[in-house]
Amino acid sequence: MNTVRVTPRTECPIESEHAASPDTHHRDGQMVAGAPTGPLQDSNSAKHATERQPVQGRDPATDFVVEVRDLSLWYGNVRALTNVSIGFPRNKVTALIGPSGCGKSTLLRTINRMNELIPGVRTEGQALLNGVDVYGRNVDPVEVRRRVGMVFQKPNPFPRSIRDNILYGAKINGYRGNYDELVERSLKQAALWNEVKENLKKSGIALSGGQQQRLCIARAVAISPEVLLMDEPASALDPISTVKIEDLMRDLVREYTIIIVTHNMQQAARVSDYTAFMLSDEETKGQLVEFGRTEELFTNPRDRRTEDYITGRFG
Amino acid sequence: MATYANLQDQYPQRGTLGRNKARDARERLIEGVLMAAAAVSILTTLGILFSLATEAVSFFRDVSLAQYFGDTRWSPGGTRDRYGIWPLISATMMTSFIALCIAVPLGLLAAVYLSEFASHKARSVIKPALEVLAGVPTVVFGFFALIFVTPLLRDVIPGVSIFNALSAGLVMGIAILPLVSSLSEDAMSSVPRSLREGAYGLGATRFEVATKVVLPAALSGIVASVILALSRAVGETMIVALAAGQLPKLTIDPREQMQTMTSYIVQVSQGEASAGSVQYKTIFAVGTTLFVLTFLMNLFSFWFVRRFREVYD
Amino acid sequence: MAARTDSFSSAGEFRANLPLRKWKGYIFSALGILSIVIALGTLLTLLFDVVQDGLPWLDWQFITSFDSRFAQRAGLRAALAGTLWMMALTILFALPLGVLSAVYLEEYAGDNWFTRFIQVNISNLAGVPSIVYGLLGLQIFVRLFNLNRSILAGALTMVLLVLPIIIVAAREAIRAVPSSMRDASLALGATRSQTVRHHVLPYAFPGILTGNILAASRAIGETAPVLVIGALAYVATTPTGPLSRFTVLPIQIFNWTSKPQKDFHGLAAAGIVLLLVVLLSMNSVAIYLRQRLYKRF
Repeated sequence: MNTVRVTPRTECPIESEHAASPDTHHRDGQMVAGAPTGPLQDSNSAKHATERQPVQGRDPATDFVVEVRDLSLWYGNVRALTNVSIGFPRNKVTALIGPSGCGKSTLLRTINRMNELIPGVRTEGQALLNGVDVYGRNVDPVEVRRRVGMVFQKPNPFPRSIRDNILYGAKINGYRGNYDELVERSLKQAALWNEVKENLKKSGIALSGGQQQRLCIARAVAISPEVLLMDEPASALDPISTVKIEDLMRDLVREYTIIIVTHNMQQAARVSDYTAFMLSDEETKGQLVEFGRTEELFTNPRDRRTEDYITGRFG
Repeated sequence: MATYANLQDQYPQRGTLGRNKARDARERLIEGVLMAAAAVSILTTLGILFSLATEAVSFFRDVSLAQYFGDTRWSPGGTRDRYGIWPLISATMMTSFIALCIAVPLGLLAAVYLSEFASHKARSVIKPALEVLAGVPTVVFGFFALIFVTPLLRDVIPGVSIFNALSAGLVMGIAILPLVSSLSEDAMSSVPRSLREGAYGLGATRFEVATKVVLPAALSGIVASVILALSRAVGETMIVALAAGQLPKLTIDPREQMQTMTSYIVQVSQGEASAGSVQYKTIFAVGTTLFVLTFLMNLFSFWFVRRFREVYD
Repeated sequence: MAARTDSFSSAGEFRANLPLRKWKGYIFSALGILSIVIALGTLLTLLFDVVQDGLPWLDWQFITSFDSRFAQRAGLRAALAGTLWMMALTILFALPLGVLSAVYLEEYAGDNWFTRFIQVNISNLAGVPSIVYGLLGLQIFVRLFNLNRSILAGALTMVLLVLPIIIVAAREAIRAVPSSMRDASLALGATRSQTVRHHVLPYAFPGILTGNILAASRAIGETAPVLVIGALAYVATTPTGPLSRFTVLPIQIFNWTSKPQKDFHGLAAAGIVLLLVVLLSMNSVAIYLRQRLYKRF
């Protein structure tokens, strides 16, 4: 596995030596369990998010691939995110859950600056990709997107052959290696190789929905992204395809860091290592309520609103 | 999988997230080219205004506006020049009026039928057929008016000249009918289903839904389509040039020959008037009048739609 | 149904009177059909008339000969060549200009006064009478650019005339490209122009092609602007280049129709048959393409 692993990127300041070391898990666990203490435990919903300490403590020793700091976002005059701070640990699946309209998809799309395609969007705060703020001065969103893979809610393969779907990102990103090899490895990583290897010239849109989505995953990993964003990747799929995508995520996470938005709590519980619960209420639009190890968040939520949501008592 | 080379190494060195100057320049250049292409439409408008205005201004230095709009005779280039635009305008209005008398009722009835009564299958045959009608070049309609319709009219109605406004107007009516029917039908089909279903639910018949629900709701679009048809009729050239004649005459008898603004321009163009001559300038003066008239109508129709459009969500 | 109506009537409160109300509908519907029959009947009569008048004149000699003072020897070789030149030159300029404008308006332009101004301007241009374009061409291309009364001057005028058609059709086709395609491309790190070139334009291609065919058929059939530019009535050579003087099919038809002799009307009808065959086949291709386009989405 180590041969395939993405190598540490020397230009990233936060990058640390222990990226792949076995004690990372341990550190992550400690950090999350230990960090959100004090003010959070007796916080109640009446309190303003801005008055509160950030939910996520920032342990500099922790290895975050993506770290969002105090991020707010407006669509025109409508606020969609309010002072969100969160770190996404390397080689883990982090799930963003919450009722619809809570800003979880918006948060996901801030990481590769896809929100900017919507006119009138304004963003404040930072989103660090391996330590570099993607909203920094002089940062090119195209450069950001070349390092972030994204899988969308509805499968959206290009109306071209399977092979061309995989190779498109590679070609525009200046891939120098062997094309056949890239197609094969990407499709194998997306667990699609065996189903399509005989027929790589077949159009991507001729595949079934679940296959299309795995093709989109293959296409995303082919550009060797530093993080993989998934926006409700299974919501348009049947249960069997959903299971396949979920299994696939557990495989992929050995090499990639995955952030997934899901409205399906069972799915979050099954696939994620960490879970963030977001919420929009009248006072605070798109706030991060609670973040922690998935097990803990689901069995022992600290915030009353998290508990209400995961137990289905949410209004 | 372990046999694969490191994928990261196959891509160019990934430095900072900073901007790529060459790529940025290329993207900006492309955007500039696209914007320039879009600006051609503005240049076209400026070109129209410029070419009409220069010659028209020069024309009105020789001929006063008072004569242009006050005189009732149009005989440029003759021994005694007269530059009263009214014969040309009245001929234009006459042929356009006859055309609208055909196009509006028939076009609207056709539109209501297509939108409210016709089966899907009938629609799928009739609509392309009407498009074919709309695609027939006007010179063909001109031929038809002069060679087929006029002899027919002369057999039926006494006193019809070889060139006459009636034949040109009637054929022009058929020519612009598809414009009325397709624009009106668009307006009617955009009336939401829920409105129709509400009326049907109260026990209304198709006729009642069509006349009391759909027509009022689509009224702004229908009015706009009529105005656009009028503007098209005013600017229509080849049918009138062939069938209505070339004699500027102030008359309200549609059986007589008359000359519209457009057919005057055609007449002068055929004669190769030398640039700078008064004759050459007249076609720009007439063209300006024509442009202003149609422009005002188009503007009014846009305004009307925006002002009176029912907004459904 | 009838019994029910009666019971309502007899109740005195409701006078549904359904039979009469339904009859109104039938009459209305019949009037609609009648209108369509009149319109399409006229079209059929027209077609029948020109075929009847023109068919005897339609032979090989008619296509290969130049115009002549003698109807028996006249043909439309010059007009046919002129029309082909005209169409080719028009599309050569109008296609790129129109598609680039549409791409700018759909993919790049923000919602600002400049964009809105261009949009209003384009819809206004679509309503300008074609003969006014002729005056523009006469003043700008023939005189100011010194192109004289050449095919190029005529084609450039026609470019401006058909540009709104191409832009509107291309914009619709581009708008129909699902935004998920753009998202997929941009998320892989494609730039905006790469996304347009690699995905949006190929996807919108059938729609753009349809608009172009419609524009080309308009360019072939338009008479008034070319007449004002000064296409010749009598040309005895085929064009040798874009700066040659020229005539086109509709002008030739116009001239023959204007002549008093009946034989020339026959020639005009034969010319119309030829023109309509070209136009109808182009339009059918456009309609066919549009149907296929609908199926894809």
